[in-house]
Amino acid sequence: MSEKFVVGYDGSDASNRALEFAVARAKSQGGSIVVAHVLEWSPYSFLTPTELEERHKRRNEELARAKSALMDPVVEKLSDSGVEISTEIKYGHIAKTLATVCSDTGATQMVIGRDGETSIGSRVFGSVASTLAQMAPVPCTIVP
Amino acid sequence: MFRNLTYAASAAAGLAMTSAPAWAQDGSIDQKVNEIFASSTGWFVSFIFSPFPGTSFPWIVAWLVVAATIFTLYFAFIQFRAFPHSISLVKGDYSDPNDAGEVSHFQALATALSGTVGLGNIAGVAVAVGIGGPGATFWMILAGLMGMASKFTECTLGVKYRNEYEDGTVSGGPMYYLTKGFAERGKPGGKILAVMFSIFCILGALGGGNMFQANQAHAQITNVVGDYPGWITGIIFAGVVFAVIVGGLKSIAKVTEKVVPFMGVMYVITALIIILMNFDKIGWAFGQIFEGAFTGLGVAGGMVGALIQGFKRAAFSNEAGVGSAAIAHSAVKTKEPITEGFVSLLEPFIDTVVICTMTALVIIITGQLISDPETGLYVLNEAGSAIATVDGNSGVALTSAAFSSAFGWFKYILAIAVILFAFSTMISWSYYGLKAWTFLFGEGKTTELVFKVIFCIFVVIGAAASLGPVIDFSDAAIFAMAVVNIVGLYVLMPVVKAELESYMSRLKSGEIKKYT
Repeated sequence: MSEKFVVGYDGSDASNRALEFAVARAKSQGGSIVVAHVLEWSPYSFLTPTELEERHKRRNEELARAKSALMDPVVEKLSDSGVEISTEIKYGHIAKTLATVCSDTGATQMVIGRDGETSIGSRVFGSVASTLAQMAPVPCTIVP
Repeated sequence: MFRNLTYAASAAAGLAMTSAPAWAQDGSIDQKVNEIFASSTGWFVSFIFSPFPGTSFPWIVAWLVVAATIFTLYFAFIQFRAFPHSISLVKGDYSDPNDAGEVSHFQALATALSGTVGLGNIAGVAVAVGIGGPGATFWMILAGLMGMASKFTECTLGVKYRNEYEDGTVSGGPMYYLTKGFAERGKPGGKILAVMFSIFCILGALGGGNMFQANQAHAQITNVVGDYPGWITGIIFAGVVFAVIVGGLKSIAKVTEKVVPFMGVMYVITALIIILMNFDKIGWAFGQIFEGAFTGLGVAGGMVGALIQGFKRAAFSNEAGVGSAAIAHSAVKTKEPITEGFVSLLEPFIDTVVICTMTALVIIITGQLISDPETGLYVLNEAGSAIATVDGNSGVALTSAAFSSAFGWFKYILAIAVILFAFSTMISWSYYGLKAWTFLFGEGKTTELVFKVIFCIFVVIGAAASLGPVIDFSDAAIFAMAVVNIVGLYVLMPVVKAELESYMSRLKSGEIKKYT
């Protein structure tokens, strides 16, 4: 059975390192890659009436921007890598949504980057990497 | 006597009690505006708030309560039957995960709530309890529970007949269901009702949703920091409102939208703590509420006085039947309009049954109302118009005194809360007014800007001047919205019933299921 890697991707250096790592593994093992981008979103946030009215429009704009600015360049860059690439853009809590993408796509592995953040903020509130280390449904590689 | 009282309390909902100093500053321009306005609009105000012949019961309150009762019976106590399902919907149990990033039920509810939770819950309840006694609380809760059915009806229609535009934005509210819904059912007059609703909505937005709020916020600030000219508050408020609604400065709106719910929760928690601190009096307080509801306990007007005050407070606080909430709720992402109806019925519950009741309980339990220890009846003040209170407080000052008797610092928190509630109510009403405005004059950047600038100018006028008649008029306009809206609801309620039956059968058969 060929491996399917879900890569958490937000365009940052760390996520690019994760992508490179996954592409190299997929190449050698003959696997495919799902590049996943999550737009942070809580259904319990508070919005003004105008924001409510425009929400659907903004969502479409945000999805289009994520596709054109993030996903399309990645797909193009990896088009000659010989690895099968697909993309997912989702809204939600980043770590939880990445985990859901893994389950939904039937991925066998997950790869995410980390930026080595040791600030108080990430210690108190946790980071995506540490959350996924706890809750990923498949083996999760954290690329430094 | 009572006629005057009813009028003052209904038209200004506590304004008369709390902002008397602001009213005293008459400039000649103010006076002129007052005179012109009073003479040309007085008949309208008197008409809306006029009592039934031979009673002191304003017909507009009866109109709202009767409608709420009819909807309650017509939908077979939907507010109780669907309550658990409403909670599940708000929690997102039935939301498709693929719709993440769209407006959730929770968000629509929270935004609508921030438009209704406000001065009415703090100052208005104090006026009601001060005049009607603890018994007013009973009738207020009853009317709040009934009002849930009105909200359910109007918000379902708001979503069902909303306009969805190509660019993805949505517009909804009574003006759309009055036109589209009436046309669909082949009933005449929808367009006329929609235009009337829009006119009243614009006037209500500028008055009750704007000037009244600015005026009360200024009154609160001067209570804490001392007197200074109202136009200063007005300019600052108008500047901030301008930055939000014209400049699109999201950060301020975001902060308010986050702080307001926090303030609301804090208010309820503080009230609960005060109630628990006096737990030995809880039984007594409820005894007073029930006894007062049916005997009046010596209050001016007796049982009827308590009933009028309670009904009025509930109706004026949660806006059920007014139609404003239908505008706010209509942006939700759902395939089933009825789901937003279920969610919206929580709004009068939170606003009236929970928050207003907390205010009333704290006032009663902290012993602000003076009663005769021998007869157990309440002692009236010198004028005989309201119950005598410790230090003679009324309106927002009474609420403030009740909370401060337990926590001295609470008056500062309350002042901040009042200002923020006023601000968020203004933002909400600027939106309601704008929707009515664009319905009448068409959508477009310039038309919208004209309304927004007018709105900001009225903020300054509201805070600076003491335009009693103007405020009376705009309050009357808000309730005139209810006259038009409820006529529409009566015509369209079979549509809601059909939606309800279809949804319930699919829910039962398992066709509609939880995602989580």
